Amino acid sequence: VLTRRIIPCLDVDGGRVVKGTSFVNLRDAGDPAELAAQYDREGGDELVFLDITASSDSRDTMVGVVQRVSEQVFIPLTVGGGIRSIEDVRRMLNAGADKVSINTAAINTPDLITDGANQFGSQCIVVAIDARRVVEGEEYPAWQVFTHGGRNPTGLDAVKWAQRAVGLGSGEILLTSMDEDGQLNGYDLELTRAISRAVPVPVIASGGAGNLEHLYDAFTGGEADAVLAASIFHFGTYSIAEAKNYLASRDIPMRV
Amino acid sequence: VVVDYESGNLRSVSRALETCGVSPLVSGDPADLRDADAVVLPGVGAGPAAMSALNQRGLSGPLREFAESGRPFFGICLGLQLLLDWTDEEPGAPCLGIVPGSVRRLPDRENGTALKIPHMGWNSVALTDDHPALHGIDPGSYFYFVHSFYAEPTRPEGVLGTTEYGLHFCSVYAKDNVVATQFHPEKSGPVGLRIYHNFVAMAARGARAS
Repeated sequence: VLTRRIIPCLDVDGGRVVKGTSFVNLRDAGDPAELAAQYDREGGDELVFLDITASSDSRDTMVGVVQRVSEQVFIPLTVGGGIRSIEDVRRMLNAGADKVSINTAAINTPDLITDGANQFGSQCIVVAIDARRVVEGEEYPAWQVFTHGGRNPTGLDAVKWAQRAVGLGSGEILLTSMDEDGQLNGYDLELTRAISRAVPVPVIASGGAGNLEHLYDAFTGGEADAVLAASIFHFGTYSIAEAKNYLASRDIPMRV
Repeated sequence: VVVDYESGNLRSVSRALETCGVSPLVSGDPADLRDADAVVLPGVGAGPAAMSALNQRGLSGPLREFAESGRPFFGICLGLQLLLDWTDEEPGAPCLGIVPGSVRRLPDRENGTALKIPHMGWNSVALTDDHPALHGIDPGSYFYFVHSFYAEPTRPEGVLGTTEYGLHFCSVYAKDNVVATQFHPEKSGPVGLRIYHNFVAMAARGARAS
C-alpha cells in the first residue's frame, strides 16, 4: 500500500544549513549534503531544501548544493526559494533536483506553473501555498494566501488558488499554515483537509508540528499525504525513526 | 548507454550507474545504441510525446532490435510503459511493442474513496519470482513511484513484481535480458541502487560472454 511520507525540510542560506540541527556525529552540521545523507539514513522519505538567501546570486550557490547532494543521496529532492523563471526551474532540475517548489512566482506569473509542467512534467512542479485563516467575513472558515514569507496578503482564497494551481499543471501542493508555523501546537487540520479534499493531487502539510501526535493528526484529521517537518527533527526532539514507528503503531502506512 | 531523448531524468540515472562503478554514455544516437553492451531507457512525462521523440531520433527500431539481441535492457518508469504495444494516454497511441499489452490509467477511486493521482511516494513491491535483476531484494521492499498510468502486459510471464494502488499493477517486468520497473530505482535509496548494481552485473556477464 502507498505509505505516507515524512519529509524533513532544511533552510539553506548561502549554501549552509541554518536553523540548527542536533546531530552530534556529523563533521559539519551546517553542510547540506551531510545533513541530507543523515536524514536519508534515518528514513526520510524525501527532502526539501528551501533557499532563504536574500541575495540575487543565491541561485548559483544553491545549484552547487543540489549537485553535491544529488550525488550522494538517492531519494527525491525538492528545492524551493526564489525560483522565479523557467530557467531557474531548468537549472535546479538539471542540477539534480527532482521537483521544484514555487510560491510567490506562481501567483505573480501563473504561466510558470504551466510552462514548467509542459516542459518537465507536472510531477516536478510543486506549488507552495502559505495561508492564514480569515477570521472575519461571510465565508468562514476560509484562508487567505500570503506571499513573501507569509507577510503580504494577496486577497486570494487558499482553496480556490490550490485548485487553480493544479488546473494550471501543478502536480503537488505544499501547504503551510502561517498561523501555526513555528508554534509547535499542531498543523491547521481544517485547512489541510479542505485543501486535500479540493485537489486530486498529493498534499504536503507544513507548519505547526510539535509532537508526534500532531503528525498523526495531519494524516488522519488533516487527510494529508505527506508532512513536512523541520523543528521537531532539527532540534533532536524526535528522530525520524521514532516518528515513523509511532505512526506505524497507530496504523498509518509507513516505510519503516 | 543511457538513452537521451529529452524525456528522462538522465542525471539521476547516470549517477546511480556511476555509484555501481560504470561510466554510462548518455546518447540519443542510434549508432551508439547498436554498439552498446547494455541500454537503459529512462523516462518521465507523457508516453505519446516520448514515442514521438524516439521516432524523430530514429531510436525506436534500434531499441526493438537491441531488446531482441539479448543484450541487457533496462526500462525505468515511462521506460517500462514504452515497452508495451499501446498506451491509453491518447486513443490508439502506439509504443515500442516489445512486450505485448497496453498502458492504462490508474483509477482515481477505490471503493468510493478518492485516490490521489499521480501515485506518488513509497509503495511496496510483491515479488513473485527470481531474476538476476532482483538478487538481494527482499520481497515487499519499498520503492519510490510517481506515475499516473501503469503497464498491463497481456501475459503473466515476466511480471515479477506487483504493487497495489487502487488495483494490483505490474511494477517489475523481467524476462531474460529485458528488465523494467515502474518505480524509480535511482530515487529509492539503497534498495533501488541494488537493482542498478544487479543490472550492471548482468551487463558485465554479457560483455564477458561475447
